[in-house]
Amino acid sequence: MTATSFTFHGQHLVALPTGALHWPAQDALLVADLHLGKSERMARRGGALLPPYESQATLARLTTDLRITSTRRLIALGDTFDDDAAQDALGPLARATLDQITARHDCIWITGNHDPQAPGQTALTLNGLTLRHIAGNGPDISGHYHPKITLAGRRLPAFLIGTAHLILPAYGAYTGGLDADHPALATLIPDGCAITTGKRTRMVPLPLGSSLHKYPGGRARQRSGGNAPQ
Amino acid sequence: MLHAPGHALLIAPTGGGKTLAGFLPTLADACTGALGEGMHTLYVSPLKALTHDIARNLSRPVADLGLALRIEDRTGDTSAAKRARQRVDPPHVLLTTPESLALMLSYPEAPRIFAGLKRVVIDEIHALADSKRGDQLALGLSRLMTLAPGLRMAGLSATVENPSALAQFMGEADVVLADPGPPPDIAILPTTATPPWSGAGGAYAARDVLAAIRDARLTLVFINTRAQAELFFQALWAVNDENLPIGLHHGSLSRDARHKVESAMAQGALRAVVATGSLDLGLDWGDVDLVIQIGAPKNIKRLVQRIGRANHRFDTPSRARIVPANRFEVLECTAALQAVQAGELDGDGLPPVGGLDVLCQHILTLACAGPFDAEALFPEIRRAGPYAALTRAQFDDCLDFVATGGYALRAYDRWQRLMQRNGMWQLRDPRAARDIRMNIGTIVAPELLSVRRGPRGGAPLGEIEESFAASLSPGDTFLIGGQTVRYDRLRDMVVEVTPQPTREPKIAVFNGLKMATSTELSARVLALIGDRSAWTNLPDHTAEWLALQAEVATLPTPGTMTCESFLRGGRWYFALYSFAGRNANQTLGLLLTHRMEQSNLAPLGFVATDYALLIWSLDPVRDPAPLLDPHGLRDGIETWLAENAVMKRTFRAVATISGLLQRNLPGQRKSGKQATFSSDILYDTLRKFDPDHLLLRITKQESLRGLADFGRIEEMLRARPHIVHSLPPHVTPFAAPLMLEAGRIPIRGAGTERLLDEEAARMMAEAGLQLDDSRAKTGA
Repeated sequence: MTATSFTFHGQHLVALPTGALHWPAQDALLVADLHLGKSERMARRGGALLPPYESQATLARLTTDLRITSTRRLIALGDTFDDDAAQDALGPLARATLDQITARHDCIWITGNHDPQAPGQTALTLNGLTLRHIAGNGPDISGHYHPKITLAGRRLPAFLIGTAHLILPAYGAYTGGLDADHPALATLIPDGCAITTGKRTRMVPLPLGSSLHKYPGGRARQRSGGNAPQ
Repeated sequence: MLHAPGHALLIAPTGGGKTLAGFLPTLADACTGALGEGMHTLYVSPLKALTHDIARNLSRPVADLGLALRIEDRTGDTSAAKRARQRVDPPHVLLTTPESLALMLSYPEAPRIFAGLKRVVIDEIHALADSKRGDQLALGLSRLMTLAPGLRMAGLSATVENPSALAQFMGEADVVLADPGPPPDIAILPTTATPPWSGAGGAYAARDVLAAIRDARLTLVFINTRAQAELFFQALWAVNDENLPIGLHHGSLSRDARHKVESAMAQGALRAVVATGSLDLGLDWGDVDLVIQIGAPKNIKRLVQRIGRANHRFDTPSRARIVPANRFEVLECTAALQAVQAGELDGDGLPPVGGLDVLCQHILTLACAGPFDAEALFPEIRRAGPYAALTRAQFDDCLDFVATGGYALRAYDRWQRLMQRNGMWQLRDPRAARDIRMNIGTIVAPELLSVRRGPRGGAPLGEIEESFAASLSPGDTFLIGGQTVRYDRLRDMVVEVTPQPTREPKIAVFNGLKMATSTELSARVLALIGDRSAWTNLPDHTAEWLALQAEVATLPTPGTMTCESFLRGGRWYFALYSFAGRNANQTLGLLLTHRMEQSNLAPLGFVATDYALLIWSLDPVRDPAPLLDPHGLRDGIETWLAENAVMKRTFRAVATISGLLQRNLPGQRKSGKQATFSSDILYDTLRKFDPDHLLLRITKQESLRGLADFGRIEEMLRARPHIVHSLPPHVTPFAAPLMLEAGRIPIRGAGTERLLDEEAARMMAEAGLQLDDSRAKTGA
């Protein structure tokens, strides 16, 4: 497993290929937007009957990440459930896996716009960094947008790292996404880095392919060599 | 035939007046006042343009006879108000398409609308039979038989090799064969300009085509895709010094624009119409005396049906001229003409068994109309020709999938889509009917992205397949609409490009329908190449082009495996000229890329045609012998196949038709927000957790239908151990058209990972950033 470590406001953090964020100093694993119970919610509303395995798949991945990083704490940054009713409707296998996770780890549930009534809190501050669902007054770490980056023609979920905000990709299996250059995201993080997920992590600058897109003549964008965006 | 007690299938060449024959019993009933209440006749055609034309052609005799016969059409173009009125007060004769029929059957009023139906006329039935649209139509017809037990069907078809298969498609029908008429006058149009090595537009021949138009009364110019039709139309006008009235007609034009051209043509105000398939198939516009086909028609059947448009007098030969778009097509057209002269039609084969995904959609459609009894539905389904051999277990599987999702984990007991109440199946939530109706249809087009010049609403240049767009990196150049452009970015589902007139395209794109040539035609083309004495029948430029291929690489000959490797634009290409047919080449592509992945050659994708297979990779094939060794070819292939893009594409279509995925409707994908996840995720999830699920079984079966049997491939490799491999310094005359082929299959392996690494490193370097020990610092 190749991960990418970086420093955000003095905190050493590690982005995992699955989309989870490891924070060694806090002995914590952060994940955003699990959207558990999504297929159940669609079925309840009379829509298509999607393969009902995504909650199981997501939780199995989470169990592996927790084991590999051997963290004590799990912090979920909101939209853990696809809606408030989804919590009670979780299948027995997914329920058992979730119970196992909560029994073995100190879990902190932050509520999101999809699961406002879920037990949990709306925000938490650790070492000067606010953890919340939707980015607000930085510096903060959040989720909500399901950011994606197109690299070599493939659209990949990605961490977005700016001056004030660190935004996590969606961890859930059946989740769409929003391109990093969408105005909603570009306003929050006009300049910085992204770390793509997938088989392994890769870091790329933001805005993406800036030299090509901003200077149609194709001249490379001049930056002071070697410095990361401040 | 008119008074045949049962159903009838009339086979006649185009122009034989068979459409009118199909309506004669209806007109007879109208004359004798025997029409009865409500809808009397339903006419179904594969094309909405045909329904307009028939409406026009019928209204004349009806008016002449002074009959009180109301004739209306109903297609996707029909206004909502008119459709609503037709449901309340149906006309005597309704002209429609298979999709609109399925939609009508989904309404609760369907039993009332069709109760008095006496006649069904199915036009151009040969164009529907062997497809999922045909499956859907057959199911709809069987439903109609239930709603109106006394109805009689008449199928109308152009000449086919196996009429009994078509009759079987209708359930049962008496076959009536008409006189085939005189043989067509068909030849290659001599051109003053030389056709290019590759390309599909035919613009080089604009002047020659215009001259032919000038000499004829009314000409139909057929071209294979909409984009090509636009470009060729422009090319014609650029040389149209005399301002001959020439129109354009294709399915992307607005309904008004299409109707305008259709009526101008009917009134004799036009000298020529440039058209795609939207005008294809049996249009009966008397005065057409010349058909010009731009580009190879790919199969002979299509060619013969297209020439049928010319000179719709049954007793004079049709006149048609072909304009090959590139030199390879000169070979193909020459071979196709030999076949027409020999009286050969492509084999029709037996229609495959009906798609189970289509059956799933049909069950959902019926549930929208009202509660149904499974015991009564099963025999009704089996009455549809393509489903005659359906087993009860297959039927129950489909019903279970539609009702519960059909998962091993019975998760949706509370939220079933269909519930059984008092023995009858019905929608649990009647509001779901709206979504189900929106999803009706069996055509799943590839996702197309529009290409625009510059940022923010620049001029539109055309459309490319999403999968092709996904293979582009910023800075890549490609061909679209006849010009070279540079890919800048993808924004809001629009591909933004900058024209680069002087640069040679790095990647070429050919956006069009993939049409398979028959294996007979492939064999003819190979024989033509191998026989130097036959080259005298070819235009000089094409003979020279063959000689050039022989010089820079090797000409393929029967019995050998001729292949070549060359470097272009940072990618290695391996071209194999097997002439074994598309299915065999597609299968070889899967098998060979698997071997290349194992040998770390980093294959990135492949494309198969009837003649050849082209694979591109990061590292070259230097020795093809181990690659083509039949021994152990299948080792580990199961997983490779299951994870391949061929399978995933098929799954997407199957999942959409069966109602698991909601169809992406035009205009729904404007924002950069991806509201839904890709079907690939569903496919991977199912494979992992529910490998025996119905949709996976359908997907596998259908993918294999497009592939050749592995045993046959091994046999071919054993039979042709002689491998001729050349290493030309650049792309060869034969490989050039391959680089433009549609239907590229991407390979997601080590090569993709390497590309991602390179791209990320390049972007970091351009931004002046450096990673130390995969660590970067950011923030304060």
